[in-house]
Parts: sequence; structure tokens; C-alpha cells
Amino acid sequence: MYEYDQLDQAFVDQRVAEFRDQTRRYVAGQLSEDEFRPLRLRNGLYLQRHAPMLRIAIPYGLLASRQLAKLADIARRYDRGFGHFTTRQNLQLNWPNLTDVPDILAELATVQMHAIQTSGNCVRNVTADHLAGIARDEIDDPRPYCEIIRQWATLHPEFTYLPRKFKIAVTGSPQDRAASEVHDIGLHMARDAQGSIGFTVLVGGGLGRAPMIGQVIRDFLPLADLLSYLEAILRVYNRHGRRDNLNKARIKILVKTLGIERFREQVEAEWQLGRASAARLPAEEVARVRSFFRPQPYLALEDFDASAGREPAFQAWYRYNTRPHRMSGYRAVFVSLKAHGQNPGDMSSEQMEAVAALAERVSFGLIRTTHNQNLLLADVRQSELYEVWLELARHQLAMPNIGTLTDMIACPGLDFCSLANAGTLGVAKQIQERFDNLDYLYDLGDIEIKMSGCMNACGHHHVGHIGILGVDKHGEEWYQITLGGSANGFTALGEVIGPSVPKTQVAATIERIVEAYRTLRAEGERFIDTFRRVGLAPFRESAYATHSAAA
Amino acid sequence: MRRILRRREMVADDWIHLGEEAADGAALIVPLAELRKDAGRWWQWSGRLGVRITPIDRVEEIAEELPRLDLVAVEFPSPSEGRGYSQGRLLRERLGFRGELRAVGAGVRQDQVFLLARCGFDALELPEGEDADGACRALQRYDVAYQPGSPQTAIRRQRFFT
Repeated sequence: MYEYDQLDQAFVDQRVAEFRDQTRRYVAGQLSEDEFRPLRLRNGLYLQRHAPMLRIAIPYGLLASRQLAKLADIARRYDRGFGHFTTRQNLQLNWPNLTDVPDILAELATVQMHAIQTSGNCVRNVTADHLAGIARDEIDDPRPYCEIIRQWATLHPEFTYLPRKFKIAVTGSPQDRAASEVHDIGLHMARDAQGSIGFTVLVGGGLGRAPMIGQVIRDFLPLADLLSYLEAILRVYNRHGRRDNLNKARIKILVKTLGIERFREQVEAEWQLGRASAARLPAEEVARVRSFFRPQPYLALEDFDASAGREPAFQAWYRYNTRPHRMSGYRAVFVSLKAHGQNPGDMSSEQMEAVAALAERVSFGLIRTTHNQNLLLADVRQSELYEVWLELARHQLAMPNIGTLTDMIACPGLDFCSLANAGTLGVAKQIQERFDNLDYLYDLGDIEIKMSGCMNACGHHHVGHIGILGVDKHGEEWYQITLGGSANGFTALGEVIGPSVPKTQVAATIERIVEAYRTLRAEGERFIDTFRRVGLAPFRESAYATHSAAA
Repeated sequence: MRRILRRREMVADDWIHLGEEAADGAALIVPLAELRKDAGRWWQWSGRLGVRITPIDRVEEIAEELPRLDLVAVEFPSPSEGRGYSQGRLLRERLGFRGELRAVGAGVRQDQVFLLARCGFDALELPEGEDADGACRALQRYDVAYQPGSPQTAIRRQRFFT
């Protein structure tokens, strides 16, 4: 993984000193709340319902064991002994003290971490495919380019006060596992006719209010032009994006208003004029960053079926929670943060320490976070899977439900977040209880539930096969359900199934929807494929069947 | 007399904004709209002339007049207004403006000055009440940067170059 040089270290240290000074001025009354807000947001700090929330950056979801151990330690000493992993692959602490935050950031800096630009109207944490570097279908490892973009975007003098937040995802495989089409910029690694590396560039995707799917602005961008082209897009957006209405300030609105052709013309014109004065990306710098992401020193091993002859519980875990690896003899292992009875994405300090130690022993000391709010040990020898399973099970991290209905995404919702309209954690619990039968979950197969507590869509509800959006109805929590969303390859936005349902009815409604699927499905057909074949109507009918009879 | 932060030092301001008391021959900053409205008068001004632009003004539209201007003042009505950063870079890098590039308005706070300086602003007109010493220190807060930028700050090491 990338290691800081003197520049990176000096930068984060100086950033901590700056924020310490800003916090001091706020506490001393020299900065008003309004003045402090944009400054603290750019350091990941929200002032929430109960306490501040600190969002710590995990660039493209990659952590070293010592970093995860440090997060565990920080969560224990400055918080309540747990953290919450997010859809941007970051970690949120929900109860730190405001005045401790500079110290927390200083501790993070000792392990080459920070909370810079995890919020605010600036370029956010760059995300990537969680199988980067090990996927069999990969064109190139996207992480070096994520790191280059991270550095370029960090405290960018021109683009730190954009009209609105700005999210970039990079994916190295044809199969999109980074939801890149619902990002402000999605970069798909590609090769030109000569075999040179570059990117297909998408722009204008985004969730939140007015969800939209990104459109191709450039079929092939040579690698050397990456930064100058990003600069051109960001400059057109910074100059012409709306600033009069927060809800219309994302780049997707600008792209939609102009149309992709006119937007492209403006960007290309800006690029031609600005290339000379934009940041260059020399081959030596690319080589320097790439050198940190060389393949691990894998052993020459044969593939074998590690589950053969083992007990059914291990076989289920093997089937659902491990994935093939580019190298024979290895598999990738999901650490499920979706145990029933637990808040999706939450992890205790003890669990973090256990996984940090385990990764040190079996996966080259590296851990990844996924945008589905799980962790991943990317490089586990097949011969060690059984031991890994036992260890994860010991820490309640082996729930064999990855890819099933209860591997759902949920933002923290009304219980923590001051933006939320409705709770998500109670609903998640309700769903976990109703679907607490693994055989039933396995029969339902691949179903993605994604839930957000408000329109901001941190839980990506628009792109869930089943999306759940919390809404406020006269002070009560109601839930709008959408079907048919997807962000994996074939990106689609879910369709609203009908009137929202009260909190107590969410899991029951979902059960009626999946029961309808069981009736409608063809042999071996996934939920999303059945939906695409038959459309919304039959599901709508079933979803409200008993509900409307009762009302 | 107003003091401004010019090239990392607090100095007395030798410019007057239109509407402030100005003797003949004073160095005068005129809003772009006013300059357009009464061009004949302002281009005859006996002293040095500067123009003041707002976030919605396109800098390309003053390209031809730049050689006759000694100063461009860019408005930052609030700290979250970010268009001026692009205006500043464009004036310096694309339009080749070599006169004084000044950030003005309520948004020119000590927490912004480092970014402003990196974008080519060599004069910072802090709003009344803003801590000038803090702003001077903030200019030297970082001695490293990732991006290329104007040499107004104390950067000794930089990652990317033009």
C-alpha cells in the first residue's frame, strides 16, 4: 500500500496544526458556528444530534493492520468503543468530544491517516473496487490512480470551495463494483489500440435529490492527461455550477441543464486552453505510486476446494463470504459486518483489533473496506480459510450472508444523524429478525437492500434492488420503497412501488415483495432479473395486498 | 488608513475604492459595471485604475482591457464563495495579468488566505475585524503543497508541477 513520504507527512502534520488553531478559535468565541462549520467539515467533523461525528478517511478503502488497530484504539479511548463503516469506505465515530478532535487527528497522522475532505463542498474520498488488484477481470489496478487523485485533490487551491460535494470513483474492471456511474466523476480504466492505459470518463452521476446516472464525456483519456482533464471538469463546474440553490448545486444538474454535448464542448475547450498551466502527471510519478501497489509475494499454490468434507456452516461461509482470487491457491474473504442483531457497518474496537491481528497473520497485513459496509481480507491462502473462519466466528464476524438480503446497506439514520428524517437501524433490526433464517435467505439469493434515512442517500437507496427511504410524515417515520435499482454494471435507479409504509410494516412489506418474487421467478433467476422481466406492477400488487385490506 | 496584506506583509493601502473619499490622481478601484457604464470617464482617470469584479463576471470579458489596468479586485462575498479562485488563476495563468490581484470582501478570512495566495492573489484586503497577524501566520501554515501554485507562500516542497 502507499506509504507517505516527507511531503505527505509534513502536510498532514501541518493540517492538524491548522485545525487545532481553528478549534481553539471556535472554543474561544473568535469563530462563530457559521464560520467554523466549513472549516470543521473539511476535516470530517459534523456536529450531530447527540455529539460530534468524526468521519475518518480511508482512501479507496485500504488499511494496514496498524491503522485498523489505531482506529480501534481511538474508538475506545475517545469514543464508545465502536465505529461505523460507510458507503464511501470511510469510518465514522459517533461520540467524540469536539475538543479532543485535534488530538484524534494528530494520532491518525502518526499512522499516515487523516479526516481531510471527508465532508464539505470539496473533492471527497476517492473510492475504488474492493477487489482491486486481485480481480480476475481487471484491466489494471485502479488504486495508484486513486492515490494520485487523492493527492492532487487534497487542499486544491482552486477547488476547495466548490458549489457542492464532489465524489470520484475509479474502477479497474469491466464489472463495476464501485458504483462509479452514480458518482460526480466515474473513471473506468481502459486500454487504447496501442495497449496504453487510460480512462473512460463519466460525469454527472449522483444520488441524493434528483438521482442521475453518469454519462460518458470522453471515451478514452490517456493517463498522462488525467490531472489536466480533471482540472478542466472541475473548473467548468466551479465557475458555472449553481450556487444559489443547494439542491441544484451538484455537477449532475449542470450537466443535465447544458446537456452532455454542450458540457463536453465546454470541458474540452477549457482543457485545450488550460492544459499548459495544469498539473502534469509525469511517468516517473506514476511509476513511484504504482510501485507501492505491486502484487504481494504470493506463493505458487494450487487451487483446491477448501470446503470439501467440512461442516455445513463452514461450507455456507465459504460459498457466501469468500471470492475467487487472481492467484491460484488464494481467496478473498469478506468480514461480515452484517451479523443479525447488529447495526450494519458497525464494528467494535475488539473486533477491529482481532481483524487487524488476523490480517497480519494471513493477508499481508492489509484490510479493505467495501462500499457495502463490510471488510475484506484480500489475499488469504485457501489452506488457511478454515482457521480464518474460526477466528472470525469467534468475533461474530462470520455471518454467512454476503450478497444476501440481510447484507444490507444502511446509513446511521435518525438515531445519530441530524440530517435524517427517519430511523434506519430499527428497520434494519426488524428486517434481520424477519429474515433470520439462512436457508430462506439462500433461497432468495442475490438481493441488495439499501436504506437511507433521508434524501441525501448516504445509504444509496436509489440503486438498491430494494431501496428504502425514510421520510417524515407529520412527525412520524414512514418509508418509501423502490424496486429495480442497481449500481453493478447495469446501473439503474429504482422505481417507487407506491405509497410509503409505516415503520412497523417495512419488513412485512419486503417479505411480501420477495414472496412475489418467489412465485414469479424462472428457474435460477435473480430477483433483479425477475423485476426487469416482469416490471413493477405484480410486485406493487403483492406489496400492498394485506396492507390495503387492513386499511 | 486601511491596511492590506501584500506579499506576506501588512502595508498601508495605497488604493481607494469608488465611493470612498478620493483625491484627483488617487489610485482608484472601480466596479466593472460602473467601468462599463461610464467608460469614457474612468479611462480618463488621472491616477492608476483598477477594476473590481464579482463572482458572476467572466474574466475573459476584461481580457482586452487588462493591459491598461494596474489592479484587479476579485470579490469574495463569503468564505464559501469559490468562483474567485478560478477567476484568480485564469487572470494570472491564461490572461497573463501581472498587476496587483487583490481579494476583497467578507470572505477573505485568515482560513482562506493560503488558498488565495496559491491561486495568484498577491494582495489580500481583510475585512474589518479580521486578525491580521493570524492571516500572516496562515500564509506560512504550510510549507508543502501537492499542486502547482503561485510563489506567494512559503512552499519548499511540491508534488505536481505545470
